[in-house]
Amino acid sequence: MSDWIDVCATDDIEEEDVIRFDHGARSFAIYHSPEGEFFATDGLCTHEQVHLADGLVMDHIIECPKHNGQFNYTTGKATRLPACDHLGTYPVRVEGDRVQIQLSE
Amino acid sequence: MTTVTTNIPPRDYRLSDENAQLAFARGLASAEWYHTDVDRKAIKALMKRHDGPAIRDTLIWLGLLGVSGLAVIALWGSWWVLPFVLIYGVLYGSACDARWHECGHGTAFKTAWMNDAVYHFASFLVMRNPVTWRWSHARHHTDTVIVGRDAEIAVMRPPDLLKVVLNFVGIFDVWYSMKALLLNAAGVLQEHERSFVPEAEHGKAVAAARVHVVIYAATIATAIAIGSWLPLVLIGGPRMYGCWHMLMTGLLQHGGLADNVTDHRLNSRTVLMNPVSRFIYWNMNYHVEHHMFPMVPFHALPQLHALIKHDLPAPNPSIWDGYREMIPAFLRQLRNEDYYVRRALPPTAKPYREDLHEI
Ligand code: FES
Repeated sequence: MSDWIDVCATDDIEEEDVIRFDHGARSFAIYHSPEGEFFATDGLCTHEQVHLADGLVMDHIIECPKHNGQFNYTTGKATRLPACDHLGTYPVRVEGDRVQIQLSE
Repeated sequence: MTTVTTNIPPRDYRLSDENAQLAFARGLASAEWYHTDVDRKAIKALMKRHDGPAIRDTLIWLGLLGVSGLAVIALWGSWWVLPFVLIYGVLYGSACDARWHECGHGTAFKTAWMNDAVYHFASFLVMRNPVTWRWSHARHHTDTVIVGRDAEIAVMRPPDLLKVVLNFVGIFDVWYSMKALLLNAAGVLQEHERSFVPEAEHGKAVAAARVHVVIYAATIATAIAIGSWLPLVLIGGPRMYGCWHMLMTGLLQHGGLADNVTDHRLNSRTVLMNPVSRFIYWNMNYHVEHHMFPMVPFHALPQLHALIKHDLPAPNPSIWDGYREMIPAFLRQLRNEDYYVRRALPPTAKPYREDLHEI
Protein backbone atom coordinates (compact mmCIF):
# COMPACT_ATOMS: atom_id res chain seq x y z
CA MET A 1 0.00 0.00 0.00
CA SER A 2 1.29 3.48 -0.89
CA ASP A 3 0.64 6.63 1.10
CA TRP A 4 1.29 10.26 0.37
CA ILE A 5 3.23 11.65 3.30
CA ASP A 6 3.42 15.36 4.06
CA VAL A 7 7.04 16.62 3.99
CA CYS A 8 7.18 20.41 4.20
CA ALA A 9 5.94 23.65 2.68
CA THR A 10 7.13 24.40 -0.84
CA ASP A 11 9.09 27.44 0.34
CA ASP A 12 10.89 25.43 3.03
CA ILE A 13 13.36 24.34 0.34
CA GLU A 14 15.17 26.99 -1.67
CA GLU A 15 15.46 26.40 -5.39
CA GLU A 16 18.57 24.34 -6.20
CA ASP A 17 18.69 22.98 -2.67
CA VAL A 18 17.86 19.91 -0.63
CA ILE A 19 16.54 19.06 2.82
CA ARG A 20 16.57 15.91 4.90
CA PHE A 21 13.28 14.20 5.68
CA ASP A 22 13.13 11.36 8.18
CA HIS A 23 10.09 9.10 8.27
CA GLY A 24 10.00 6.16 10.64
CA ALA A 25 13.40 4.53 10.47
CA ARG A 26 14.08 5.83 6.95
CA SER A 27 15.80 8.97 5.75
CA PHE A 28 15.09 10.77 2.47
CA ALA A 29 16.48 13.75 0.61
CA ILE A 30 13.91 16.14 -0.89
CA TYR A 31 15.12 18.43 -3.69
CA HIS A 32 13.86 21.64 -5.23
CA SER A 33 15.26 21.88 -8.76
CA PRO A 34 16.26 25.15 -10.48
CA GLU A 35 13.12 24.75 -12.63
CA GLY A 36 10.95 24.72 -9.50
CA GLU A 37 10.16 20.98 -9.49
CA PHE A 38 10.45 18.72 -6.45
CA PHE A 39 12.16 15.31 -6.29
CA ALA A 40 12.93 12.72 -3.63
CA THR A 41 15.66 10.12 -3.24
CA ASP A 42 17.07 7.94 -0.50
CA GLY A 43 18.64 10.22 2.06
CA LEU A 44 21.91 8.35 2.49
CA CYS A 45 24.73 8.12 -0.02
CA THR A 46 25.21 4.64 -1.50
CA HIS A 47 28.99 4.78 -0.94
CA GLU A 48 28.78 5.19 2.83
CA GLN A 49 26.09 6.17 5.28
CA VAL A 50 26.31 9.94 4.81
CA HIS A 51 23.30 12.27 4.61
CA LEU A 52 23.08 13.80 1.15
CA ALA A 53 21.11 16.75 2.51
CA ASP A 54 24.41 18.18 3.79
CA GLY A 55 25.73 18.23 0.22
CA LEU A 56 25.54 20.73 -2.60
CA VAL A 57 22.88 20.74 -5.33
CA MET A 58 24.16 21.83 -8.73
CA ASP A 59 21.46 21.81 -11.42
CA HIS A 60 20.17 18.21 -11.27
CA ILE A 61 23.18 16.83 -9.42
CA ILE A 62 23.49 16.22 -5.70
CA GLU A 63 27.07 16.05 -4.51
CA CYS A 64 27.77 13.94 -1.44
CA PRO A 65 29.43 16.05 1.27
CA LYS A 66 31.94 13.35 2.19
CA HIS A 67 33.80 12.22 -0.94
CA ASN A 68 32.07 14.09 -3.75
CA GLY A 69 30.23 11.08 -5.10
CA GLN A 70 27.50 12.54 -7.32
CA PHE A 71 24.00 11.49 -8.31
CA ASN A 72 21.38 12.80 -10.70
CA TYR A 73 18.57 13.27 -8.21
CA THR A 74 15.87 13.22 -10.91
CA THR A 75 16.79 9.62 -11.83
CA GLY A 76 18.89 8.46 -8.86
CA LYS A 77 21.77 7.57 -11.20
CA ALA A 78 25.28 7.61 -9.66
CA THR A 79 27.40 9.88 -11.89
CA ARG A 80 30.76 10.21 -10.10
CA LEU A 81 32.95 7.84 -8.11
CA PRO A 82 33.26 6.78 -5.38
CA ALA A 83 29.47 6.46 -5.60
CA CYS A 84 28.81 3.38 -7.78
CA ASP A 85 25.29 2.28 -6.82
CA HIS A 86 22.26 4.33 -7.79
CA LEU A 87 19.88 5.96 -5.32
CA GLY A 88 16.25 4.95 -4.93
CA THR A 89 13.83 7.65 -6.09
CA TYR A 90 10.28 8.32 -4.89
CA PRO A 91 7.25 10.07 -6.40
CA VAL A 92 6.68 13.60 -5.13
CA ARG A 93 3.67 15.89 -5.59
CA VAL A 94 2.70 19.38 -4.52
CA GLU A 95 -0.75 19.78 -2.93
CA GLY A 96 -1.49 23.45 -2.39
CA ASP A 97 1.71 24.72 -0.84
CA ARG A 98 2.71 21.35 0.63
CA VAL A 99 5.30 18.92 -0.72
CA GLN A 100 4.33 15.26 -0.36
CA ILE A 101 6.26 12.05 -0.96
CA GLN A 102 4.70 8.71 -1.86
CA LEU A 103 6.02 5.84 0.21
CA SER A 104 4.99 2.22 0.24
CA GLU A 105 4.52 0.92 3.75
CA MET B 1 47.40 22.64 25.73
CA THR B 2 47.26 19.53 27.93
CA THR B 3 48.98 16.22 27.42
CA VAL B 4 47.03 13.01 27.50
CA THR B 5 47.70 9.35 27.89
CA THR B 6 45.06 6.79 26.94
CA ASN B 7 44.92 3.09 27.48
CA ILE B 8 44.81 1.68 23.96
CA PRO B 9 46.22 -1.75 23.05
CA PRO B 10 49.39 -1.78 20.85
CA ARG B 11 48.58 -0.40 17.42
CA ASP B 12 48.39 -2.65 14.39
CA TYR B 13 48.25 -0.44 11.30
CA ARG B 14 47.69 -3.22 8.75
CA LEU B 15 44.47 -2.78 6.79
CA SER B 16 43.44 -6.35 7.49
CA ASP B 17 39.93 -7.79 7.78
CA GLU B 18 40.60 -8.42 11.47
CA ASN B 19 41.56 -4.79 12.13
CA ALA B 20 38.57 -3.57 10.12
CA GLN B 21 36.23 -5.72 12.24
CA LEU B 22 37.83 -4.34 15.39
CA ALA B 23 37.42 -0.74 14.22
CA PHE B 24 33.76 -1.37 13.31
CA ALA B 25 33.13 -3.08 16.64
CA ARG B 26 34.56 -0.03 18.41
CA GLY B 27 32.34 2.31 16.43
CA LEU B 28 35.38 3.95 14.85
CA ALA B 29 35.01 2.83 11.22
CA SER B 30 32.59 4.67 8.91
CA ALA B 31 31.49 6.61 11.97
CA GLU B 32 29.51 9.82 12.13
CA TRP B 33 32.03 12.56 12.88
CA TYR B 34 31.63 15.72 14.90
CA HIS B 35 30.73 18.79 12.85
CA THR B 36 30.52 22.38 13.95
CA ASP B 37 26.97 23.65 13.44
CA VAL B 38 26.91 26.06 10.53
CA ASP B 39 24.18 27.98 8.83
CA ARG B 40 23.10 26.10 5.68
CA LYS B 41 23.14 29.24 3.52
CA ALA B 42 26.68 30.10 4.65
CA ILE B 43 28.12 26.63 4.01
CA LYS B 44 26.33 26.40 0.66
CA ALA B 45 27.95 29.67 -0.38
CA LEU B 46 31.36 28.34 0.68
CA MET B 47 30.91 25.02 -1.13
CA LYS B 48 29.99 26.77 -4.38
CA ARG B 49 32.44 25.96 -7.19
CA HIS B 50 34.37 28.49 -9.26
CA ASP B 51 36.94 27.93 -12.00
CA GLY B 52 38.65 31.31 -11.63
CA PRO B 53 40.91 30.86 -8.57
CA ALA B 54 42.18 27.43 -9.67
CA ILE B 55 42.75 28.53 -13.30
CA ARG B 56 44.73 31.54 -12.07
CA ASP B 57 46.83 29.45 -9.66
CA THR B 58 47.35 26.65 -12.19
CA LEU B 59 48.56 29.07 -14.86
CA ILE B 60 50.99 30.60 -12.35
CA TRP B 61 52.12 27.14 -11.24
CA LEU B 62 52.61 25.72 -14.74
CA GLY B 63 54.16 29.00 -15.93
CA LEU B 64 56.74 29.01 -13.13
CA LEU B 65 57.36 25.29 -13.61
CA GLY B 66 57.97 25.84 -17.33
CA VAL B 67 60.22 28.88 -16.90
CA SER B 68 62.31 27.33 -14.12
CA GLY B 69 62.52 24.05 -16.09
CA LEU B 70 63.75 25.89 -19.17
CA ALA B 71 66.29 27.76 -17.01
CA VAL B 72 67.53 24.41 -15.67
CA ILE B 73 68.04 23.16 -19.23
CA ALA B 74 69.71 26.40 -20.36
CA LEU B 75 72.06 26.65 -17.38
CA TRP B 76 72.83 22.93 -17.01
CA GLY B 77 76.54 22.50 -16.35
CA SER B 78 76.97 25.83 -14.55
CA TRP B 79 76.55 26.62 -10.85
CA TRP B 80 73.88 29.16 -11.82
CA VAL B 81 71.54 26.26 -12.39
CA LEU B 82 71.21 25.57 -8.64
CA PRO B 83 68.60 28.20 -7.61
CA PHE B 84 66.46 27.18 -10.58
CA VAL B 85 66.75 23.50 -9.66
CA LEU B 86 65.56 24.37 -6.15
CA ILE B 87 62.57 26.38 -7.44
CA TYR B 88 61.68 23.80 -10.08
CA GLY B 89 62.03 21.02 -7.50
CA VAL B 90 59.55 22.53 -5.04
CA LEU B 91 57.06 23.45 -7.76
CA TYR B 92 57.24 19.89 -9.05
CA GLY B 93 57.88 17.75 -5.98
CA SER B 94 55.82 19.66 -3.39
CA ALA B 95 53.14 21.71 -5.16
CA CYS B 96 52.04 18.54 -6.95
CA ASP B 97 50.73 17.04 -3.72
CA ALA B 98 48.23 19.83 -3.05
CA ARG B 99 47.06 19.82 -6.70
CA TRP B 100 46.66 16.04 -6.56
CA HIS B 101 44.67 16.44 -3.36
CA GLU B 102 42.33 19.29 -4.29
CA CYS B 103 41.60 18.00 -7.78
CA GLY B 104 41.06 14.49 -6.38
CA HIS B 105 38.31 15.93 -4.19
CA GLY B 106 36.89 17.49 -7.34
CA THR B 107 36.61 20.86 -5.63
CA ALA B 108 39.48 22.93 -7.07
CA PHE B 109 37.75 23.74 -10.37
CA LYS B 110 34.06 23.94 -11.16
CA THR B 111 34.65 22.19 -14.50
CA ALA B 112 35.06 18.45 -14.05
CA TRP B 113 37.57 17.85 -16.87
CA MET B 114 39.89 20.52 -15.45
CA ASN B 115 39.91 18.75 -12.08
CA ASP B 116 40.59 15.45 -13.82
CA ALA B 117 43.36 16.78 -16.08
CA VAL B 118 45.28 18.43 -13.23
CA TYR B 119 44.62 15.41 -11.00
CA HIS B 120 46.22 13.01 -13.47
CA PHE B 121 49.18 15.31 -14.16
CA ALA B 122 49.79 15.90 -10.44
CA SER B 123 49.40 12.16 -9.68
CA PHE B 124 52.25 11.49 -12.09
CA LEU B 125 54.46 14.16 -10.50
CA VAL B 126 53.80 12.90 -6.96
CA MET B 127 54.31 9.27 -8.08
CA ARG B 128 50.87 8.06 -7.02
CA ASN B 129 48.64 5.74 -8.93
CA PRO B 130 45.69 8.05 -9.68
CA VAL B 131 43.19 5.21 -9.25
CA THR B 132 44.37 3.50 -6.07
CA TRP B 133 45.13 6.80 -4.38
CA ARG B 134 41.70 8.22 -5.12
CA TRP B 135 40.23 5.37 -3.13
CA SER B 136 42.86 5.53 -0.42
CA HIS B 137 42.09 9.20 0.10
CA ALA B 138 38.35 8.49 0.29
CA ARG B 139 39.19 6.05 3.08
CA HIS B 140 41.38 8.67 4.77
CA HIS B 141 38.35 10.96 4.92
CA THR B 142 36.00 8.23 6.14
CA ASP B 143 38.34 6.94 8.82
CA THR B 144 40.81 9.73 9.49
CA VAL B 145 43.72 8.42 11.60
CA ILE B 146 41.75 5.33 12.62
CA VAL B 147 44.32 2.62 13.17
CA GLY B 148 43.85 -0.37 10.87
CA ARG B 149 41.57 1.61 8.53
CA ASP B 150 43.32 4.78 7.35
CA ALA B 151 45.86 4.05 4.60
CA GLU B 152 47.42 7.52 4.78
CA ILE B 153 48.76 7.79 8.32
CA ALA B 154 52.09 9.54 7.72
CA VAL B 155 53.64 8.91 11.13
CA MET B 156 52.61 5.74 12.91
CA ARG B 157 53.23 5.16 16.60
CA PRO B 158 55.79 4.75 17.94
CA PRO B 159 57.19 7.17 15.35
CA ASP B 160 59.99 6.02 13.05
CA LEU B 161 61.87 9.32 13.13
CA LEU B 162 64.64 8.18 10.77
CA LYS B 163 61.99 7.42 8.16
CA VAL B 164 60.40 10.82 8.75
CA VAL B 165 63.73 12.60 8.25
CA LEU B 166 64.70 10.57 5.16
CA ASN B 167 61.31 11.30 3.64
CA PHE B 168 62.28 14.99 3.44
CA VAL B 169 64.24 13.79 0.40
CA GLY B 170 61.61 11.22 -0.52
CA ILE B 171 63.72 8.14 0.23
CA PHE B 172 60.99 5.87 1.60
CA ASP B 173 58.05 7.41 -0.20
CA VAL B 174 59.69 7.05 -3.62
CA TRP B 175 60.76 3.50 -2.84
CA TYR B 176 57.21 2.50 -1.83
CA SER B 177 55.64 4.47 -4.68
CA MET B 178 57.89 2.87 -7.29
CA LYS B 179 57.31 -0.59 -5.85
CA ALA B 180 53.54 -0.03 -5.96
CA LEU B 181 53.63 1.38 -9.50
CA LEU B 182 55.74 -1.53 -10.77
CA LEU B 183 53.50 -4.10 -9.09
CA ASN B 184 50.35 -2.36 -10.37
CA ALA B 185 51.85 -2.18 -13.87
CA ALA B 186 52.48 -5.92 -13.66
CA GLY B 187 48.79 -6.39 -12.85
CA VAL B 188 49.15 -6.84 -9.09
CA LEU B 189 47.36 -4.79 -6.46
CA GLN B 190 48.83 -5.13 -2.99
CA GLU B 191 46.70 -6.47 -0.13
CA HIS B 192 46.11 -3.06 1.43
CA GLU B 193 45.18 -1.60 -1.98
CA ARG B 194 42.69 -4.38 -2.55
CA SER B 195 41.11 -3.54 0.80
CA PHE B 196 39.90 -0.13 -0.43
CA VAL B 197 39.90 -0.27 -4.26
CA PRO B 198 36.75 -1.98 -5.63
CA GLU B 199 37.44 -4.81 -8.04
CA ALA B 200 35.78 -2.96 -10.91
CA GLU B 201 38.56 -0.36 -10.66
CA HIS B 202 41.53 -2.75 -10.71
CA GLY B 203 41.89 -2.66 -14.50
CA LYS B 204 42.01 1.15 -14.50
CA ALA B 205 44.66 1.10 -11.76
CA VAL B 206 46.84 -1.27 -13.81
CA ALA B 207 46.48 0.85 -16.96
CA ALA B 208 47.36 4.08 -15.11
CA ALA B 209 50.45 2.49 -13.54
CA ARG B 210 51.61 1.30 -16.97
CA VAL B 211 51.46 4.86 -18.33
CA HIS B 212 53.55 6.15 -15.40
CA VAL B 213 56.09 3.34 -15.68
CA VAL B 214 56.52 3.86 -19.43
CA ILE B 215 57.27 7.58 -18.91
CA TYR B 216 59.80 6.83 -16.15
CA ALA B 217 61.44 4.11 -18.27
CA ALA B 218 61.70 6.52 -21.22
CA THR B 219 63.25 9.17 -18.94
CA ILE B 220 65.89 6.73 -17.64
CA ALA B 221 66.60 5.49 -21.16
CA THR B 222 67.07 9.08 -22.38
CA ALA B 223 69.43 9.86 -19.48
CA ILE B 224 71.54 6.81 -20.34
CA ALA B 225 71.46 7.52 -24.07
CA ILE B 226 72.67 11.12 -23.73
CA GLY B 227 74.94 10.36 -20.75
CA SER B 228 73.40 13.08 -18.55
CA TRP B 229 71.44 13.34 -15.28
CA LEU B 230 69.40 16.19 -16.75
CA PRO B 231 66.32 14.11 -17.76
CA LEU B 232 66.12 12.72 -14.20
CA VAL B 233 66.57 16.16 -12.67
CA LEU B 234 63.57 17.27 -14.72
CA ILE B 235 61.35 14.17 -14.42
CA GLY B 236 61.06 12.01 -11.32
CA GLY B 237 64.07 13.47 -9.46
CA PRO B 238 62.15 16.48 -8.09
CA ARG B 239 59.91 14.03 -6.18
CA MET B 240 63.02 13.53 -4.05
CA TYR B 241 65.02 16.76 -4.01
CA GLY B 242 61.95 19.00 -4.13
CA CYS B 243 59.52 17.27 -1.78
CA TRP B 244 60.75 18.85 1.46
CA HIS B 245 58.01 21.50 1.49
CA MET B 246 55.31 18.85 1.02
CA LEU B 247 56.74 16.94 4.00
CA MET B 248 57.19 20.05 6.11
CA THR B 249 53.56 21.07 5.70
CA GLY B 250 52.03 17.60 5.39
CA LEU B 251 53.43 16.25 8.66
CA LEU B 252 51.63 19.03 10.51
CA GLN B 253 48.22 17.81 9.31
CA HIS B 254 47.87 15.11 11.96
CA GLY B 255 51.36 14.64 13.53
CA GLY B 256 51.44 14.19 17.31
CA LEU B 257 47.64 14.48 17.64
CA ALA B 258 45.02 11.92 18.69
CA ASP B 259 44.19 8.74 16.81
CA ASN B 260 41.04 6.59 17.02
CA VAL B 261 38.72 9.52 17.64
CA THR B 262 35.74 10.85 15.68
CA ASP B 263 36.31 14.57 16.15
CA HIS B 264 38.66 16.21 13.65
CA ARG B 265 39.46 18.92 16.21
CA LEU B 266 41.37 16.23 18.12
CA ASN B 267 43.29 14.64 15.26
CA SER B 268 43.93 17.46 12.77
CA ARG B 269 45.86 20.71 12.95
CA THR B 270 45.26 24.11 11.42
CA VAL B 271 48.44 26.16 11.03
CA LEU B 272 48.64 29.76 9.83
CA MET B 273 51.31 30.09 7.13
CA ASN B 274 53.06 32.58 4.90
CA PRO B 275 51.45 33.24 1.49
CA VAL B 276 54.14 31.37 -0.49
CA SER B 277 53.62 28.19 1.51
CA ARG B 278 49.88 28.62 1.23
CA PHE B 279 50.20 28.87 -2.56
CA ILE B 280 52.34 25.74 -2.75
CA TYR B 281 50.05 23.94 -0.29
CA TRP B 282 46.81 25.35 -1.72
CA ASN B 283 45.46 26.35 1.71
CA MET B 284 45.56 22.83 3.14
CA ASN B 285 47.01 24.44 6.27
CA TYR B 286 43.31 24.87 7.21
CA HIS B 287 43.23 21.18 7.86
CA VAL B 288 40.60 20.83 10.58
CA GLU B 289 38.28 22.87 8.41
CA HIS B 290 39.08 20.74 5.35
CA HIS B 291 38.31 17.49 7.16
CA MET B 292 35.11 18.77 8.71
CA PHE B 293 33.81 20.15 5.40
CA PRO B 294 35.79 18.42 2.61
CA MET B 295 33.62 19.88 -0.17
CA VAL B 296 34.67 23.47 0.56
CA PRO B 297 37.23 24.39 -2.15
CA PHE B 298 40.75 25.49 -1.21
CA HIS B 299 40.06 29.16 -2.01
CA ALA B 300 37.14 29.33 0.46
CA LEU B 301 38.97 27.72 3.39
CA PRO B 302 40.07 31.04 4.97
CA GLN B 303 36.41 32.14 5.07
CA LEU B 304 35.39 28.75 6.49
CA HIS B 305 38.06 29.17 9.16
CA ALA B 306 36.61 32.58 10.09
CA LEU B 307 33.11 31.06 10.25
CA ILE B 308 33.91 28.17 12.61
CA LYS B 309 37.03 29.17 14.53
CA HIS B 310 34.94 29.80 17.67
CA ASP B 311 34.48 26.01 17.83
CA LEU B 312 38.07 24.94 17.09
CA PRO B 313 41.31 24.92 19.04
CA ALA B 314 43.35 28.03 18.26
CA PRO B 315 45.43 27.48 15.11
CA ASN B 316 49.19 27.28 15.44
CA PRO B 317 50.39 30.75 14.46
CA SER B 318 53.29 29.50 12.31
CA ILE B 319 54.96 26.41 10.85
CA TRP B 320 57.67 26.85 13.48
CA ASP B 321 55.09 26.84 16.27
CA GLY B 322 53.48 23.71 14.80
CA TYR B 323 56.84 21.92 14.89
CA ARG B 324 57.46 23.11 18.46
CA GLU B 325 54.24 21.30 19.37
CA MET B 326 54.68 18.23 17.16
CA ILE B 327 58.34 17.21 17.63
CA PRO B 328 58.20 16.90 21.43
CA ALA B 329 55.02 14.84 20.97
CA PHE B 330 56.86 12.47 18.59
CA LEU B 331 59.68 12.15 21.12
CA ARG B 332 57.22 11.39 23.94
CA GLN B 333 55.52 8.78 21.73
CA LEU B 334 58.84 6.94 21.42
CA ARG B 335 58.50 6.10 25.12
CA ASN B 336 54.72 6.05 25.35
CA GLU B 337 52.86 5.47 22.12
CA ASP B 338 49.51 6.39 23.71
CA TYR B 339 50.63 9.97 24.26
CA TYR B 340 49.10 12.74 22.14
CA VAL B 341 48.74 16.50 22.17
CA ARG B 342 45.31 17.69 23.19
CA ARG B 343 44.73 21.37 22.47
CA ALA B 344 42.47 23.54 24.63
CA LEU B 345 39.18 24.61 23.10
CA PRO B 346 37.98 28.20 23.37
CA PRO B 347 35.10 28.84 25.80
CA THR B 348 32.79 29.34 22.80
CA ALA B 349 33.39 25.77 21.53
CA LYS B 350 31.30 22.67 22.07
CA PRO B 351 33.23 20.07 24.12
CA TYR B 352 35.30 17.48 22.31
CA ARG B 353 33.29 14.48 21.27
CA GLU B 354 34.29 11.97 23.90
CA ASP B 355 31.77 9.16 23.49
CA LEU B 356 33.96 7.02 21.27
CA HIS B 357 37.38 8.01 22.50
CA GLU B 358 37.95 5.62 25.35
CA ILE B 359 38.26 2.07 24.12
S1 FES C 1 29.92 8.77 1.38
FE1 FES C 1 29.08 9.66 -0.37
S2 FES C 1 30.68 9.58 -1.81
FE2 FES C 1 31.47 8.62 -0.08
